[in-house]
Amino acid sequence: MSETRYTKDHEYIRVEGDVGIVGITDFAQGQLGDVVFVELPQAGKVVAKGAEAAVVESVKAASEVYAPVSGEVVDVNGAIEGQPGLVNEDPAGKGWFLKIKIKDKAELSELMDEAAYQAFVSSCS
Amino acid sequence: MLNNQGRPTTPKDSAVASHETFTRNRGLQMEEALLFEIGRTDVTGVDLDEPASFVSRLGHLAREEEIGLPGLSEPETMRHYVRLSQKNYAIDSGLYPLGSCTMKHNPRLNESMARLPGFSDIHPLQPQSTVQGALTLIEELAGWLMTLTNMDAVAMSPKAGAHGEYCGMAAIKAAIEAKGEGALRKVVLVPESAHGTNPATAAAIGFEVRSVPAGADGNVHPDAVRALMGPEVAAIMLTNPNTCGLFERQIVEIAQILHEGGGYFYCDGANFNAIVGKVRPGDLGIDAMHINLHKTFSTPHGGGGPGAGPVVLSSRLAPFAPVPFIKRDGDKLALVEDAIGTQALGRLTAFHGQMGMFVRALSYILSHGSDGLKQASEDAVLNANYVRARLADLMSLPFGNRPCMHEVLFDDAWLKDTGVTTLDFAKAMIDEGYHPMTMYFPLVVHGAMLIEPTESESLASLELFIMTLRDLAMSALRGEKTRFEGAPFYAPRRRLDETRAARAPVLRWTPPQPITDAQQAAE
Repeated sequence: MSETRYTKDHEYIRVEGDVGIVGITDFAQGQLGDVVFVELPQAGKVVAKGAEAAVVESVKAASEVYAPVSGEVVDVNGAIEGQPGLVNEDPAGKGWFLKIKIKDKAELSELMDEAAYQAFVSSCS
Repeated sequence: MLNNQGRPTTPKDSAVASHETFTRNRGLQMEEALLFEIGRTDVTGVDLDEPASFVSRLGHLAREEEIGLPGLSEPETMRHYVRLSQKNYAIDSGLYPLGSCTMKHNPRLNESMARLPGFSDIHPLQPQSTVQGALTLIEELAGWLMTLTNMDAVAMSPKAGAHGEYCGMAAIKAAIEAKGEGALRKVVLVPESAHGTNPATAAAIGFEVRSVPAGADGNVHPDAVRALMGPEVAAIMLTNPNTCGLFERQIVEIAQILHEGGGYFYCDGANFNAIVGKVRPGDLGIDAMHINLHKTFSTPHGGGGPGAGPVVLSSRLAPFAPVPFIKRDGDKLALVEDAIGTQALGRLTAFHGQMGMFVRALSYILSHGSDGLKQASEDAVLNANYVRARLADLMSLPFGNRPCMHEVLFDDAWLKDTGVTTLDFAKAMIDEGYHPMTMYFPLVVHGAMLIEPTESESLASLELFIMTLRDLAMSALRGEKTRFEGAPFYAPRRRLDETRAARAPVLRWTPPQPITDAQQAAE
């Protein structure tokens, strides 16, 4: 059973054991429009919560993807570098960005759960 | 973060052509090929005798193949360039309501003055004793710019707005370093509604940018500035009137906060055209401001340039003005070109600035006079408010229906649930023969449409523009989506696929293959 948490910058983190799969939400991809470029970190990079972990660019906007929690990047989704459209088509699935080995699970509680995030999104639009 | 302005990026299916003509011309709109596609290497417009003898001294470095420069006959050359010129939408061909860009009429008088041989046939490297008239003109224009702004000095050499920003911010950095605070003051405050060049300039100079949130009324508030002010702040970069088309009413208090905290006040003067003759920036506590001669003072703009961005400086920054500048010694004028032994910034350009634009700007200033300059500002504001008042019942104003300055900002709240976006609306304006307004800027407003009609438009011209927008607006509100989704229908090119252009860009020109009779028959 996995648990998904959300940031105010529209990243999600799906927790599977001590690893979190990070990507941008469906709302974020819809706002960005067609994604044309993704820049991913090297596996092994240590990131702090809130620090820039990746970059995503659409035709009209470039955004940073921030690490939802602190930890070490253990894997990145190379597929979206060649096919950035995956981020639009399946943001929660094939369009994931990176996997982080979570340093402190307590940080997860500072993030929004599904219900809180949906409420946050409806206040954005 | 994100594309908060809601700009769509992919064309809808209806944005495809109905049928192509054989020539790809669309009636009298000529589909002009590139020079490399129509030129031939064996043709030239001029007859030159072959040299009697030709011996290359390049040895093994001599070129073995033709370089393939295209040639055309004289009539072909004329047609090529006339057709290209017809593709241009210019202020001379129609109303150009691009907000914050001030596409105003370029008076023909300016052009005749700039073509006087004493101004047009001189060279920057001529002895200064032979160009005293040109130097006098620069001195006189500089005097006017200082008078209109009530500032102590002006750097004439910057070549455009962003270059002027660089000059002003470099002067601020020099002043801070002269006070020994270079290591301390590293931060520049920039409001969210700023021109994109402002944070870019601050970053290019080496400052860290700190964003000042805009108030709900579209203005920058002193409390927001005060909260961000500290000993690490070098300056604020503020545009007044701002990009929401509003005058920053608390600008004097903002200046005081900066000055009391030991910082400087840079004003982006892109919108100075709204207040010339009405407000002097020096009276507001501004330390540096660039003036876009190509906006406020009617010199050509937007492909017809070049721009010119003189920077006025307060007494606190005057010693740091870059070289060269003009110094008067009795009857003689000379360019001071050496910064050694002074606090001057050094040099930003090769020579003294855009001489041709100086002539045009002074021609505009002198032909208008002090009363005319003031009236131009008033008329620019009046025209924008006329557009606002005539459209306010259909289109939505993000900060309420209150007076604006020289440009009026609408958002896309009124288009909600119509399926039509700001981008669609702009494309439909092209079908109607208008250059679109500025869209999706400023960033603080969703689906922004920023309209600046300028003082150049007559009431009749404004009315036609307004009636066109009203027709489009009512059409959108009636749900006539195809008029917008497929637009432009009548332009030389239909809607561009921005996504494909970014994902699969074609970066290399390849020669087109001529069509044979057999291929044509097969089609």
